[in-house]
Amino acid sequence: MSKSGTSAAPVKLPNEPVITPQIVAEHGLAPDEYQRVLAIMGRTPTMVELGIFSAMWSEHCSYKSSKVWLKKLPTSAPWVIQGPGENAGVIDIGDGQAAIFKMESHNHPSYIEPYQGAATGVGGILRDVFTMGARPVANLNALRFGDPSHPKTRHLVSGVVAGIGGYGNCMGIPTVGGETNFHAAYNGNILVNAMTVGIAPTDRIFYAAAAGIGNPLVYVGSKTGRDGIHGATMSSTEFNEDSESKRPTVQVGDPFVEKLLLEACLELMATDAIVAIQDMGAAGLTSSSFEMAAKGGLGVIVELDKVPMRETGMNPYELMLSESQERMLIVLKPGREELARKIFEKWELDFAVIGHLTDTERMVLSWHGDIVGNIPIPPLVTEAPMYERPWTLTPLPAVLDAAKVPAPKDYKASLLTLMSCPDLASKAWIWHQYDHLIMGNTAIRPQDGDAALVRVPGGHKGLAMTSDCTPRYVQAHPETGGRQAVAEAWRNITAVGARPLAVTDNMNFGNPTKPEIMGQFAGAIMGMVEACTVLDFPVVSGNVSLYNETEGRPILPTPTIGAVGVIEDIAKAVGSRLTKAGLALVLIGETRGWLGQSLYLRELCGREEGAPPPVDLAVERRNGDFVRGQIVGGRIAACHDLSDGGLLVGLAEMCLAGGTGVTMKLPAGAGAPHGFLYGEDQGRYLAAADDGIALLAAAAAAGVPASLLGYAGGQALVVEGLVNLPLAELRAVHEAWLPTYMNSAA
Amino acid sequence: MKAAVLVFPGSNREGDVAQAIELVTGRRPAMVWHGDGDFEKTDLIVVPGGFSYGDYLRCGAMAAQSPVMAEVKRRAAQGVPVLGICNGFQIVTEAGLLPGVLMRNAHLKFVCADVHLKVETSQSLFTNRYQAGQVIKVPVAHAEGNYFADAETLKRLEDRGQIAFRYCAPDGTVDGSGNPNGSINNIAGIFNETKTVMGLMPHPENATEPMFGGTDGKALFEGMVEALS
Repeated sequence: MSKSGTSAAPVKLPNEPVITPQIVAEHGLAPDEYQRVLAIMGRTPTMVELGIFSAMWSEHCSYKSSKVWLKKLPTSAPWVIQGPGENAGVIDIGDGQAAIFKMESHNHPSYIEPYQGAATGVGGILRDVFTMGARPVANLNALRFGDPSHPKTRHLVSGVVAGIGGYGNCMGIPTVGGETNFHAAYNGNILVNAMTVGIAPTDRIFYAAAAGIGNPLVYVGSKTGRDGIHGATMSSTEFNEDSESKRPTVQVGDPFVEKLLLEACLELMATDAIVAIQDMGAAGLTSSSFEMAAKGGLGVIVELDKVPMRETGMNPYELMLSESQERMLIVLKPGREELARKIFEKWELDFAVIGHLTDTERMVLSWHGDIVGNIPIPPLVTEAPMYERPWTLTPLPAVLDAAKVPAPKDYKASLLTLMSCPDLASKAWIWHQYDHLIMGNTAIRPQDGDAALVRVPGGHKGLAMTSDCTPRYVQAHPETGGRQAVAEAWRNITAVGARPLAVTDNMNFGNPTKPEIMGQFAGAIMGMVEACTVLDFPVVSGNVSLYNETEGRPILPTPTIGAVGVIEDIAKAVGSRLTKAGLALVLIGETRGWLGQSLYLRELCGREEGAPPPVDLAVERRNGDFVRGQIVGGRIAACHDLSDGGLLVGLAEMCLAGGTGVTMKLPAGAGAPHGFLYGEDQGRYLAAADDGIALLAAAAAAGVPASLLGYAGGQALVVEGLVNLPLAELRAVHEAWLPTYMNSAA
Repeated sequence: MKAAVLVFPGSNREGDVAQAIELVTGRRPAMVWHGDGDFEKTDLIVVPGGFSYGDYLRCGAMAAQSPVMAEVKRRAAQGVPVLGICNGFQIVTEAGLLPGVLMRNAHLKFVCADVHLKVETSQSLFTNRYQAGQVIKVPVAHAEGNYFADAETLKRLEDRGQIAFRYCAPDGTVDGSGNPNGSINNIAGIFNETKTVMGLMPHPENATEPMFGGTDGKALFEGMVEALS
């Protein structure tokens, strides 16, 4: 520990440039942020030191604009083992098992290089989860693309889907769920949010906090190349027309190596050799080594010349900032190096001791014996910029009078239009490219239920998972939209019979220095705080992606909610497939015919206006708890939450999924038919029951509004007096849109 | 029945097939690492699905050259049954235990979906629990499952009854509608001449439980147990 204790200035490397204001700006540091750097260092930083500050203080790594808001989210519950702040959130699912999960964005890289951007997004989130000791059991993804007519959209869909499949399929983790939307606001800035769920024994969870002065710091996985340098900084700025020139900042993934890394890490984790472990994600070696030392209150010396390198002539700056994929940093217990080395050599992966822990609370970087960087660790964390940026809340738009929304001339045609619109058309073209069956535990497949359902290995429990957000609601009124996104995720978990447990949030917004964008963020958080609190649905992990703008045009605010729930006996779960004639269709929840911000309004009237449907959280909870109880009690055979498109769309989806028709009629007091059939009132479910009368009685006893709509049977969707649509015709248009679009010439 | 399941770097369905074997035999098969050219004697060798060696170079080509496959070839020559599933089919084909080749799917995309298969014969240790002509539903999950063989080889396969399964429509019609990858003659699985080696692209191991994809694949494992115990 001789030289590591000094704060001596490092040596100058050959070709070391003079730090100019321009170089500082290129590193994404504002002038006042650079003044902080100077104050902390007490001298001009070297290039590698500047690079480290730049990465650590980037929006991506520091959450400097969002932290004050994120702190407001509820993060605890008796079942929460680890909330935000680690690689992923951890919840107790009983029987000594934990679910470990997180969602993360890879938006900018996926726009620049869709295949690799999306693939490495999957790779990164998988590492976040297995770093903590979990074997990943499921992947999900939430994708938002631009207008289908935009010249780049087809290429982006094709590349992103192939990239997600390419990585997840090779890893052997089923991709079981997700969502895909299209909107012109994403034309220049798509969203790729990837989520992984893993399972670990509750007593074998691994954390990032380093401990044990002198303990070896070990590098494992792929070699370090020059890819992805400044990825974190690139993700923290707006796009412009030159952004495609940033392609070299996108990482290149190798899922085969990650599969080996997964198996090797799990094999090492089964021993007692590991003190701490952290994957090298954004800002690579910089953030991983920094976070481990900072969380442990220790210092670290990193001998950069010992890092396995893919290319010759790499320098300390490149090594510290590379975002080469499939790498991990591990602190081992003393004397376990050989045990660990053998495991990684068996899996044909690089293994190198590249440093050790110290008591100096400094990060010291050495290069062939010379010190080239020397940074005090605590101030880099405590003095990190944190902004309470000015914010202006979006006012609640006027409520749209449903009476002023024209009814369709032809209900059948209107339903066909909705069911074939880009947001509602079948996404089978996408999910058939994902292996959703590997591991043999997938009980509810894509399109067969509101949440994906996966058996927990070694028992009868099921994990339900979903990803939800309705960006047009968030745009119209962020508080309502934030509330709705959480409520819909909770509802989707409930609709399969599972108990919703916790949330991971992926906050995708525009430029936070604009008060109206910051107001969207603030509003969404406010809504989420309310919903998570009332629904006992804490946030245990998450990710923030800001500056999602191109040429000053922001995306729709998109706080994607990933959620996980558990059902004790998976055999009691239900999907949304209507498979049996004679089942009674019961609408649960209150319908007022809310057409503001509805898909009906957008797709049939060409209008995006009005207030989004309000979310009454107490009602949401009451209705959901009732439905879950009925499902687990065996009194509901199939269930679907009503969201985008409203009742008739939900019913059509149930018919198509199960291959059975329905004949229904509007109940007394339904009001305007188009409001009843297409309104997007919240807190509603469509349940199919063998005994509809008993279900109605149970609902009445629980004080839950419910009405009998009709019965399953035949091969047509019939709404008496309004619609008579053969399922074959419905299926044809529903399934045709996406493949036709993807196969047509640009 | 004692079974061994091979594990290559990048294998990923070895757990699925081990689970299916355990379900029907009550015991876990031996998992054999690719470098182990001298593994214990078993009644059955399974080459599982996955992306051995990342599917780089050509699917199955590198795994076919591993020490364990040299031993598998020796034992196959002695009549030890070998079952290759998906990537395992590609590997045993690359190793020369079965004729033909698995090419990129005709539509060029990975496909994961339930397919229907027509059982061509019940006269094998792998298919004895099925009826010839029976239609079963099992999933596929691959990007390179497009079977091809030259005309002469194909004629020999057909003439000698070496086709195990063909992709078909739900009603058993063998035509393009049920073919997920462009495979010649809708071939989903084949035997060697002695019917002691079978390779197939679909995953019967993922169709062995009612809640998890149905049970149409279970009979394949039950049939092997019956033949090999």
